[in-house]
Parts: sequence; C-alpha cells; structure tokens
Amino acid sequence: MATVSFRDATRVYPGSEHPAVNKLNLEIGDGEFMVLVGPSGCGKSTSLRMLAGLEEVNAGNIFIGDRDVTDLPPKDRDIAMVFQNYALYPHMTVADNMGFALKMQNVPKAEREQRVMEAAKLLGLESFLSRKPKALSGGQRQRVAMGRAIVRHPSVFLMDEPLSNLDAKLRVSTRTQIAALQSRLGVTTVYVTHDQVEAMTMGDRVAVMKDGVLQQVDSPLNLYDSPNNLFVAGFIGSPAMNLITGRATADGVQVGDYVVPVRREVLAKAKGETDLTLGIRPEHFTTGEDGQGIGVDVAVVEELGADSYLYGTLAGLAEDEKLIATQIVARLESRHPLTKRDTVRLQPDYDRMHVFSNATGDRLT
Amino acid sequence: MPRRGSRCDNGEVPRFLSAQPDARLIPLPWSVPLAAWPTEHLVALPRGISRHVVRFIQVGDGVLAAKEVLESPAVHEYRTLQELHRVGAPAVEPVAVVTDRVGPDGQPLDPILLTRHLQFSLPYRSLFSTGVRPETVSRLLDAMVVLLARLHLIGFLWGDVSLSNILFRRDAGEFAAYLVDAETAEMHDVLTTGQRAHDLDIAIVNLFGEFSDLEAGKLLDESLDPLELVQQIESRYHALWRELTGVEEFSGDELFRIESRVRRLNQLGFDVAELDIRTARDGSSVTIQPKVVDAGHHSRRLLRLTGLDTEEHQAQRLLNDLDTYRARYGLGHVEESVVAHRWLTESFQPVVHAVPPELTGKREQAQIFHEVLDYRWYASQRAQREVPLTEAVHGYIHDVLAVLPDEVISNEFVGAGSRTLLNPYDPSQGFADDEEEEEAPFDPWEAAASDPDFESLPAVFDIDALRKLKG
Repeated sequence: MATVSFRDATRVYPGSEHPAVNKLNLEIGDGEFMVLVGPSGCGKSTSLRMLAGLEEVNAGNIFIGDRDVTDLPPKDRDIAMVFQNYALYPHMTVADNMGFALKMQNVPKAEREQRVMEAAKLLGLESFLSRKPKALSGGQRQRVAMGRAIVRHPSVFLMDEPLSNLDAKLRVSTRTQIAALQSRLGVTTVYVTHDQVEAMTMGDRVAVMKDGVLQQVDSPLNLYDSPNNLFVAGFIGSPAMNLITGRATADGVQVGDYVVPVRREVLAKAKGETDLTLGIRPEHFTTGEDGQGIGVDVAVVEELGADSYLYGTLAGLAEDEKLIATQIVARLESRHPLTKRDTVRLQPDYDRMHVFSNATGDRLT
Repeated sequence: MPRRGSRCDNGEVPRFLSAQPDARLIPLPWSVPLAAWPTEHLVALPRGISRHVVRFIQVGDGVLAAKEVLESPAVHEYRTLQELHRVGAPAVEPVAVVTDRVGPDGQPLDPILLTRHLQFSLPYRSLFSTGVRPETVSRLLDAMVVLLARLHLIGFLWGDVSLSNILFRRDAGEFAAYLVDAETAEMHDVLTTGQRAHDLDIAIVNLFGEFSDLEAGKLLDESLDPLELVQQIESRYHALWRELTGVEEFSGDELFRIESRVRRLNQLGFDVAELDIRTARDGSSVTIQPKVVDAGHHSRRLLRLTGLDTEEHQAQRLLNDLDTYRARYGLGHVEESVVAHRWLTESFQPVVHAVPPELTGKREQAQIFHEVLDYRWYASQRAQREVPLTEAVHGYIHDVLAVLPDEVISNEFVGAGSRTLLNPYDPSQGFADDEEEEEAPFDPWEAAASDPDFESLPAVFDIDALRKLKG
C-alpha cells in the first residue's frame, strides 16, 4: 500500500497548445479510494495514465509512496490496472485463472495458493476455486478478474471507466462490490469515471477536473454542499444546482423584482462586480409568501411521493424568451399542489445558498 | 403468429450502422437473442475465447462473425476496425452494427457487431487442437509480434493483445496475423513508449494465460513451456521495433549502411517511406532513422507486377520464383512487368488451375503455389533430377492437398481432437463428455445481492441516500 502524489504533473500532447493535464497537484492517502471525474476531455483519464506510465509526464513528478515513478516503465510501478483483461480460460480452474500471472512471476506455489485463497475469501469465491469457469455468472467472472489484480498485491489499483462496458444492472451491483472490496482491502485506488453517481457513491474523495485543471478535490458531500466554483456547482448534483445570475445591489442580488439578501462581507468580496451568480440546490427552496422570494413561472410539476419537483423559468418572461431561459428547479413538499401556469415565489435557504463571482467563477460565500 | 425477421415482434425495427449496406442482413432474426438464433442461420467455426456471445452466421455465400455487445463498445469497435481497414492494417473487416433490437418480450437486446469472416483463417485454438510442432508455435509468436509492431507504428493502442483476439493465415512457411477484436483499442497519433510497453505487458500476461490453458487442456506440446514461450515475445518485439524505428549512427565513409538498413527493412517486409538522414557539419558522421515505414514491401510489388493479392511471405516466395523463372529462361534483358506476365500465365496459373474445384477450399492459391514449389524441391532431391512443375503439381495434389482439411471456412477443428463440443456453435460451453459439475456452490455475494435487505449503492443521484451513506 502507498500514497500517490501528483506534483505539478503536466502532460502536453505533441502539436497541442493546451496541456491535457496542467500542473496537477493531488495527494492521495494510503488506502484511499480517489475518484477522478469530469466531462470528456477534462484530463481525468490522462492523469490516470500518467500514473500508470502510459502517458509521458512533460513537467512535474509523480510519486508512489516515496518513490519517484515519473520515468519508470509501467511494469516497474507496482500498480494493477483492474479489468483490463477478464477473459477466463476454460481448461483452467478458477484458482488457476486467478493466480496464473503469479506463476509467471515465479512466485512459489505455496505462496500462490495462499494469495489466491485470501483473494477468494474476500471475493466470496472460496467454494469455486477448484471448478472450471464455464458455469460462472457474469458477476462471478468479474470477481475472478478482480481476483487477478488482488493476488498481485499491488501498491495501487487503477481503474479507468471499468464499468462502462457492463449493462446497467451489472454496473450497479459491480459498483457496490468494488466499493465494499476496496474498503476491506484498504489498497489505495484511483478510479476514473465520467459518471457522477459512481464518483459520489464510491469515492472517499472525488477530484473534479475540467480542461486539464483540477477544480476541487473533496469528500462527496463537501463537493455537493460547498462547491469551490461555478463549474463544480453545476457539474455535481442531479438535478443540477440552480445558477441564477442577478445584479449586485447594496443588500444582495436582484433577481427579477426581488432582491435576494446577501451579507455585505460577501458582496464586498465581489470587488465591484455588477453581476453575481446565486447557487441554490433544488431542495433548498421553499415557497415564499407575501411577495418574498424569486418569482418563477411554473412549466411542469412532477409529483414524486412526498416531494414534487417544480420546473419553471423566472417570472415575467415572454413565451419565446422562456424557451431559451435557464430552467429553475425546486424540490418542494407536495403539501401545496402547484399547477402549470402558476407563478410562485421561491425563497432560498439563505444559509445554504452560494454566491459566485461571475468574473472568476469562484465561490464568495 | 409473430413474424420472424427484420421487424421485432413489438413492431420495432432494428437499425443498421454500415458503410456498405447489405439487404440480405435485413431478414435475419434480430429480435432473437444471439445465443438462441436458429441453427439454420449459424455456421460452426472455431474461435478464440470471448467475454461476449459470439456466433458465425451465414449470409448468402459469405460468413459473418456476430458479437452481441453494448452499443457504445460496438460502435467504437466498428469505427476502429473501419479506421484500420482504411489504412490497410491487418484486421477483420467491419460490416455493420445492428442496434435498436427488441426481444419478443419487449425487452431491449444488446446490439450486434458484424465483421466479415476472414477466409482461410485459423484461430489458434483450432491450430493447437490438432497438435502443433514447437517451430510452428514460434512462427505464430513471430506473426503476433509483427502484427503488434505494425499496429503500434500507426498509433494503435490495442489494450487487449491475446491469441484469442488474433486470426492466423498461412503465409508461405510462416503465418500472417490479423486483429479480430478492437473493443479496448484506441487510435493515437503516436504511441508513447509507456503505451507500447503496456500493450506488450498485456500480451505477455495474456499469452501466458492462453498457453497455460492449452497446457491444462493437454493441447500444448510437452516440450513447450508457457513461460519460455512468452519470454521470447519481449525480445522479439524490441528487436523488430529497433530495426523499424531505431537511430543508427556511423562514420561518414560508411554510407553503404543507409542502403543496408533499407534492404534489411525490405527483407522484413517493410518499405521505407521516409528516412531521416542527418550528417555532421564536417561530414564525419551520419545518423539515420526511419520515420515512416509501411508493411507489405513484397506483397505490394507482387500486386503491382501480377495483380496477385497475397500475404507478405507468400509474395516474397512468389517473387523469388519469378526471379528464378527470369534466370531460367534468360529473360534478364526483358522488362520486369513483361516477365511477370509470362511467369503468371506459364507458371502460376497452370499450377492453380490444375487444382480440382473440390480441393480449392483447402488452401489459398498463393499458398498452394508455395507448397507446390516446396513439394517440387523435395521431389527433385529425392529423384536427383529437376522435377517439372506440371509433374510436381499433380504429385502435390494427390499426395498432399487431397488429404488436407478444408480451410476456406474450416470447421475441421471446432472440437479438440476427438472430443465433441456440447454446442458446436459455442465452444465456450465445453465438451459433451465433460463431467457434469455438481450444483453451483453457495455464493455469499450473490446470496447477499438477492436479499431484499441488501443495500446496493444508489443507481441514480439521490442526495438523501448519499447523505445516509456518507454521513
């Protein structure tokens, strides 16, 4: 087991003006499950491949433990790419299917058997070890593939979108199994995905990337509750955080005919910016009374048991403006039914509302 | 009664992604899961190990390989194979991806990727099932290494190099290797050293697994050790890569070494399209490095001269025979293309036309010609005289070709030796005489997953569930 450190690690593809990964600084703790997430082209896979030795590091360094692995070939880094190969060999037993690579590395037979048994216990495959793989279920095959990586006792597991080729059902169950297994094994794991559900449910911490730059690395709940900037605020969460731009005033931010109160010290941080963006999660709205709250024209109301989701646009827009206006989503208690074409007032939970600078995108609250 | 055919039973119509649409595909039973296709559409052919359901299907006179796989990897693989095809890399030809399949119960079915079956190709398991000599294994490894280096030269990162993902074709006394699975592959402008090393590491581990599996199935010659076999891969690959791309420095009075390097590359079957030559200011030293090399040096030359489309070693053999022909008939002064035409009509065609139609499926024409030349050489040695080609070809047909198995679409080796497959269309189901395994043992993970109280991670974004999980 080991820590992993990216220190100003940079990758620039030949012929490209912009780095695919730009001065990445990321410390991953011993035994930690770190998920790299972001949209396509954000640099998450490139970062993982830099750690694996598949991409050159043009500047900066990468450490595994206290070893600088920046220029080491992949096989000398003591890492295991999980799921890269899960073809099972029909004439070999499950035990041999899990342990054959150790034989290649001349690991003595007794130790091989011990490592395979340990992995099989972790994977619930003990009773299958002497069987041939032809009758294994899809999930059991996946576990044998995990076993191949586990028996190698690597310092770090690397997983690059490992579930992308699985159907939806197997994806959810395998996700649960990987998370449980990693927690039991305690092996440092770096996992790349574009799927925020995977990232948020599996990771101890999640690193959000965009355009080759690390935006924020934090626990899943901190990412959700305290996004550092507009990108993270918009990327994490479904439905997404409402990002509503308004004019800065002495007491707050004016949205339509309503001034959303914002503390003066927060407004002071905006250093004279005329427009600011409010970030409000759908569940942090309540219906306002007596003209208090942001006016919203309701387009759709979706009833989901105790809650209902309201979809609408800022009040007072013309029909053609509504088509291109940013949608506002609120999750409200179903006690007060709303209908389409109502105009409602939505009051943010001021303690949980965020204010972002439009100039830098950074959170000011 | 529900109609079987292109229209799925609920009225949905499958979609075909294809650069060359083939109307004969439309009536096939796309609404049936591939594993349950009626045997009237299937062909039993040998193949490697696959994670997916794979079947060979008959379409007109041709055979297609069908793989049931999720849409995103299916389309990715189709496009990657198309790109390989476009640049002339040795890979199977993609035909179509069939999406929007819906089963009779209304449930969606995974798409099917269709590729054209490579005629005269031999999966490694079929070669091994009848026993192969140690030298043959060495040739298979050589072919795999050449394939890997060729793919790396064009920026192709395979990601799952294995014998199961390769088809072999006879190529004179050697083998030519073709890629058949590009599911994990990526195209890059240029591969890094780390990416190539990674592919090589995967190849070594996978081939060790495959050889160990053959050993466990008693299909590997006892004199062969899986570890020794795979240890050769790395050194062979590096030697070839050095020759194809390495920098060579020599003194300014050894300029013949430029020509030597080009000849060595030609001998290996590569043309040099660009050679970077740098000379020291004082002319004392020269540095050369091939920048662009293209495989197919001999096959391109043979194609240009004769129109014959062959594998590389076959082309080399046929070109050697062309040279011999020219010398034998004193045609040194005649233009090469004229000699080539005479050789084609007077040597090559009489040999391949002598093969009775019922035996033409046993070997490709160029391979037959190569084997006839071999046969003639041995026959001449035995007879202590030059055996004429016409005599040799009849001897070869009678003594050799007639007893060879069909290889055009070979199902000779679907099983392993005398054993019969449980399902000839799906070798992964094992053999009919396999011992029945007892009931599946208890699996604590699957038992837990089917427990109604099992707490799976949320499948969709649910902040309340996440707070409960992480809080």
